[in-house]
Amino acid sequence: MNEFIRQLAEITGPGFVSAEPEERYLYSMDQGTMPPVEPDAVVMPGNTEEVRQIILCANKHKVPVVPMGGGLVLSGLTRALHGGIILDMKRMNRILQVNPKSRYAVVEGGASEGMLQAYLKKHHPELKHSMPDAPPIATLAGNICIHGSGHLSVLGGFHSDMLTGMEVVLPTGDIVRSGSCSVSPDWFARAPLPDLSGLFMGWSGTTGVVTKLGIRLFPSYSHNDMLIFVCEDADLMPDIISRLTGTQVAEDMTPWMTPKPEWARGFLHINISYGAHSKKELTFKRNLLQASVKKYSDQKIAGFLPMPPSEKSRFLKIPSPDLVKFADLRKGGGFEYVGAIMAIEHFAEAYRAGLQIARAYNVSYSMGARIIGAGHAMMFFYAYAFNRADPEDINRAQHALEATNTAALEIGGIPWKSELPAQKQIINKMDPNTFDLMNRIRSVLDPNHIMNPGNWEK
Amino acid sequence: MPAIKFDPEVCVRCETVDCLMKCQYIEFAGISDAKAEKLKINAGKESRVLNECLTCYACQEYCPFGNNPFYLLVELQEEKRILPAPKPIVEEQLRMMGPKGRITPQKVRSPVVDMCSFPMLAGCVRGKLFEGASVISGNDIFCNIMWLHFAKNSVIRERVPKIIDNIMSFYLKNSNIDEIVCFHDECYGTFTSIAEAFGIPVPFKPIHLFDYINRRLDEIPERIKPINEKIAYQRPCSNRLSPETDKILDEIFIKIGAERVPRKHDRENALCCGGVPRAHQRDELADELVEKNISDMLSTGAKYCVFNCPFCMATLGQEVAEHGLMPILVSDLVLTALGE
Repeated sequence: MNEFIRQLAEITGPGFVSAEPEERYLYSMDQGTMPPVEPDAVVMPGNTEEVRQIILCANKHKVPVVPMGGGLVLSGLTRALHGGIILDMKRMNRILQVNPKSRYAVVEGGASEGMLQAYLKKHHPELKHSMPDAPPIATLAGNICIHGSGHLSVLGGFHSDMLTGMEVVLPTGDIVRSGSCSVSPDWFARAPLPDLSGLFMGWSGTTGVVTKLGIRLFPSYSHNDMLIFVCEDADLMPDIISRLTGTQVAEDMTPWMTPKPEWARGFLHINISYGAHSKKELTFKRNLLQASVKKYSDQKIAGFLPMPPSEKSRFLKIPSPDLVKFADLRKGGGFEYVGAIMAIEHFAEAYRAGLQIARAYNVSYSMGARIIGAGHAMMFFYAYAFNRADPEDINRAQHALEATNTAALEIGGIPWKSELPAQKQIINKMDPNTFDLMNRIRSVLDPNHIMNPGNWEK
Repeated sequence: MPAIKFDPEVCVRCETVDCLMKCQYIEFAGISDAKAEKLKINAGKESRVLNECLTCYACQEYCPFGNNPFYLLVELQEEKRILPAPKPIVEEQLRMMGPKGRITPQKVRSPVVDMCSFPMLAGCVRGKLFEGASVISGNDIFCNIMWLHFAKNSVIRERVPKIIDNIMSFYLKNSNIDEIVCFHDECYGTFTSIAEAFGIPVPFKPIHLFDYINRRLDEIPERIKPINEKIAYQRPCSNRLSPETDKILDEIFIKIGAERVPRKHDRENALCCGGVPRAHQRDELADELVEKNISDMLSTGAKYCVFNCPFCMATLGQEVAEHGLMPILVSDLVLTALGE
């Protein structure tokens, strides 16, 4: 290992490799419930060529490589389960190109959500990208690779749907491109080619290292507003969501259910944000949204919460500060945010399951969802805050997490950015031929089995 | 709890039916049509007014006999379960604005300024105008008049006696004080008009903010620097419950050298700020009201738009500012005249 680390230092320079206990400790965990696993070393490449050389070196020494972006996935996907190195991509954080007419950006694999947001605000205020509600240091590549979602997901779907192309260093050290950039100098789309991007999304870093990617941008409106729809009956939610998304005017739609503050307990809320180029257009869009659910407001069984403009500003913040506040509810730095991707008609089941689990394990919870596309799916989330200094609290959150994953699968959903035990649960339920194909692809791409081993394995 | 103070014979004898004929939001074919609807309400029968009412409180002011037409209407809305707003909206706000039981005894000194459930506005109580004042606020002393907008007289009956008791027990009694200054029209309306109509005893003397400011200005005339500006006043719904105080505002304006511009929608013709119709899911009407209010203010050449209701200011303030008018509370306007 010492020789390997010395070679890494030759590739990146000694300042970007460390096998010191401090770094190994810091890179052994994320904020979630998965137990820490220390890597042998941490390396931070500065460009694609350095990534390629690191991968070649790791192949030579048969050392596992765990690619990492912001390290904020919360499900322990960037832990070095079989030892080896954490390949921290944060130095590769350049915004390489913004095409304002075709509305896409090309960034390096370690560029963060916050960096692109700030860059666009400064240089292209007419454009924005879909921000997740993660801390701004989360990386675009990481979020796309886990099929994340964000503030434009009603408009543009999962963040992986917004991907226009990739440059990837394969586990063998080859550099490949997917999408239009493999044929043309432009990174405009994945179509019409065989879509090789799918080889790298949802694989938890087991198939390669993303060094560049293209991402769709959207108009940034001068006028922005939001509504909160409230109802008491979870069974109505699929129809309400379907009606609201049917207007095709919302950018983002996030149902939320929480026992705190007390006034919110038992009510189901949907935050709906939308924007426009003029006040008139904004009012028109609001009217469309309101008309879509008039059936319910006329019956007085649901309606829009009245909010003066001054009270809306906190709901219009991107990313939302609310989840971060909840994350620290129990103090002690522990937070688990479990999502399950599922069809919207399962909303009520998912909600009731969450209530039951929270009661059974006596955990502090917040539940919600992010609607994807025109009601095409949702990422239903269960967030559990826990105190890392309290082993019992961690234990409770872990059990709640397991129960949540089981419930999600039973409902017909699929745990999102699944941690190791959930991956195994998914594999058990998966069509065996699908899992077999996954393994065959992986063997071809990664013959030495060095990429994030331990993940997506039986 | 006693029934609302009301004499049906007064309405039978009434020849003008001002309560409905002057309504700016519901159309009537004539006095006989309006009277027929009013008599239906008095008899506890269905009337279209119960569904169409904007709950602007204005009929309380329009009735020349003080016969509490609005309180009676709300009573019937609740009885007949005619909800102006969707149930979850009302239920959530009932919890949000409910007493929290967090009140603790506090020694206070005069003047005691009741900020209702707007503790965030406590900073308005400052300077020479409020010299030595104690501020009380919080949900445990929330005046609860807002439930008139939501067909919930029952909540007023349940909560108002408790908040009155809280004010007495936790603040006034042990400090040997028997009066409070109501920063907000709604509190003053609760402790005067509502309390009288609903038969709720009030053991202290409520003082309207305008009354307090007017008297205080008389004590410090040398500090006043005339504003010399045109001011548009957005009269709130709750001032309909104490219309006599509107004239005091005129006196204040004269004293601070401000011109209360003659708006079409001021005084008896004041229009709703648009906040409550949004809770009633009537946003398009609310938009219309906002537009009417602002174009009316702009047509007068006013520089400031002054509010005495924090909710009106929260609803209209941004829009007013976007149109080039300075939104400001009455108390802050007066502080400006005092050079503070």
